[in-house]
Amino acid sequence: MIQRTPFANALTYAIMVIGFLLLIGPFLVVIAGASQTMQQVNAVPFRFVPGDQFLANATAAWTRGDLGHAMINSLIMTLMITFGKVALSACTAFAIVFFRSPLKHLFFWTVFITLMLPLEVRVVPTYAVAADMFTPFRLLIQFFTGIELKIEWNLLNSYAGLTLPLIATATGTFLYRQFFMTLPDELAEAARMDGSGPVRFFFDMLLPLSRTNILALTTIMFVYGWNQYLWPLLMVTDPSYQTVMMKLRMLLPPEDGGTPDWNVTLAGSLLIMLPPVLVVAVLQRWFVRGLVSSEK
Amino acid sequence: MAQIDIRAVRKSYGKTQTLHGVDLIFPTGEFVVILGPSGCGKSTLLRMIAGLEEITAGEIAIGGTVVNKLEPRERGCAMVFQNYALYPHMSVADNIGYALKVSGVPKAERRRRVEETAAIVGLTDYLDRRPAALSGGQRQRVAMGRAMIREPKVFLFDEPLSNLDAKLRVSMRAEIRKLHQRLNATSVFVTHDQVEAMTLADRLVVMNKGRVEQVGQPLDIYHRPASTFVAAFIGSPAMNLIDSRVEGGAVRLGSAVIPLAPAFAGLEGRTVTVGIRPEQVRLAAPGTGLVAIADFVEELGAGRVVHAVMEGQPFAAAIGAEVRIAPGQPIAFDLPAEHLHLFDRETGRRIEIDGEPAQSRAAAATLAPALS
Ligand SMILES: Nc1ncnc2c1ncn2[C@@H]1O[C@H](COP(=O)(O)OP(=O)(O)OP(=O)(O)O)[C@@H](O)[C@H]1O
Ligand SMILES: [Mg+2]
Repeated sequence: MIQRTPFANALTYAIMVIGFLLLIGPFLVVIAGASQTMQQVNAVPFRFVPGDQFLANATAAWTRGDLGHAMINSLIMTLMITFGKVALSACTAFAIVFFRSPLKHLFFWTVFITLMLPLEVRVVPTYAVAADMFTPFRLLIQFFTGIELKIEWNLLNSYAGLTLPLIATATGTFLYRQFFMTLPDELAEAARMDGSGPVRFFFDMLLPLSRTNILALTTIMFVYGWNQYLWPLLMVTDPSYQTVMMKLRMLLPPEDGGTPDWNVTLAGSLLIMLPPVLVVAVLQRWFVRGLVSSEK
Repeated sequence: MAQIDIRAVRKSYGKTQTLHGVDLIFPTGEFVVILGPSGCGKSTLLRMIAGLEEITAGEIAIGGTVVNKLEPRERGCAMVFQNYALYPHMSVADNIGYALKVSGVPKAERRRRVEETAAIVGLTDYLDRRPAALSGGQRQRVAMGRAMIREPKVFLFDEPLSNLDAKLRVSMRAEIRKLHQRLNATSVFVTHDQVEAMTLADRLVVMNKGRVEQVGQPLDIYHRPASTFVAAFIGSPAMNLIDSRVEGGAVRLGSAVIPLAPAFAGLEGRTVTVGIRPEQVRLAAPGTGLVAIADFVEELGAGRVVHAVMEGQPFAAAIGAEVRIAPGQPIAFDLPAEHLHLFDRETGRRIEIDGEPAQSRAAAATLAPALS
């Protein structure tokens, strides 16, 4: 039912404006607060006018949270997740779409099920595995040889532990799969007639053709990886592996009874927000194209 | 070069069998056209030669080597696909040269050969374009160039012209034929268009429902179709096929009785199908020959085809543009005896004894009027 009366128009606009304010409101608070002095940010009522203290606040936040180190950690983790996922999903989708094997359906459903079990749902068992990688092998060796080995092997406090469980999920696989299935069979056949094997076909045809998909997935994964909080919290006990999301907590005003310096906290969170915003801004053109349509 | 031998080849998809034992020989350098209705297994056969489809049973040999287990690239075949299947992200030059790149030909030589090939197919000015920026005919040429550049022993075409408009199709047909003469490879061309088949083929293979109906030169097949299927499939408008029975050494078609040659005496009492092409039917004086009621008239410009009904069976005849015929009007047709075909009604196979035409020439010169 589409009505075009002045009243309906006004109503839809009102709803849109309210929605927009709800979304943008907190962001305005952050921007304004991050550039005010401690007195201004604690003033009641809150004033939405930015001040001139941003640099000072940002510097204070940077040292309080040791953000330099954490930024590098976050960047390493995010890039590993992003590229790991982009590469792994492309390979998985390639296998699922272009190869016929008796176990094809089994593989497909195994991959598919990971969609229903995001990390948050299976965080405890995943942690158990990551914390003691050797147990399954120990049991196997003991079962077959009777020898009991005691080897410590875990992924705690390592980049591998931070990233691997986040890479192995199916979201990206399905993005590629959807695109691969739109390619005509003849494309693969023509390449075969031209003498190209599967690997060559993957690199010469599929990867260049999925450029927009790759960029879209990169965007999604960068934001996803950067925003990880729960998993790093579990995996990292060594402060030198802490990520910026974990540092957010340390940016909270010290609870010493004094006036809380929210301006510093807000400036810190603005800094932490910056990298994903930049990535999205640079890649958003491709992002939309990659999700909406497939290039010819 | 390369002769293609197809021996007792079968193809099944799961339980359904698509090809039921095909035996064919395509001699070196011939242009073979495989013709048949949609779904008869033409593409399947072609793709089995190419190596894109597994051979369920039987054997295919190219140039004397059995290729059943060989990868497409090892068979020396090149293929042109119906939808061209160009690589969309590559320029025309890269499309044409891809096979050479894969086989590791140095860049300079690759470029020289791409330019040579592009000149042959008339694409020299388009080498830097992407396929999306080409017309249908140009894309078709790219596909042909891409197939040619490897100098294949065998050229396979799967309905390569069916996406082109009628005019372009005619000119591409001529080009493909010229190309074939120049390359001297064995070409196998799949189509369901009989005009394409008749004009291109050295040797025509007519297929139906996974079986080969007839193999031969196009004109041979046109003049002596081996079965009612081929008779009806080749020629436009389609051949008239009328069921009848051999009685008293003659067949009766409605009001016309056609005596058979003595050699056919053995057919007495058999049910047969009599065929005659619409363009070989003549108008006769009223009251003589075969009488049918006109149903509608099809204008073809150069002439027209009258569709009539004779004792419940359709009967078509090509007539000159000057004759006026109204629907419902009775028309008398003269069936020139030398153009009649005789088929077994049960098996649909052509009846021919010692190459002798079915009807006795002397007796058939006049058609006896109906007795009833
Ligand atoms: N992958 C497949 N699985 C199952 N059946 C198939 C498969 N490919 C083809 N067939 C069947 O095999 C038969 C022959 O197909 P084929 O593509 O060879 O026909 P065709 O003669 O080329 O027809 P067209 O003129 O429409 O291209 C068809 O009945 C089709 O349904
Ligand atoms: Mg086909």
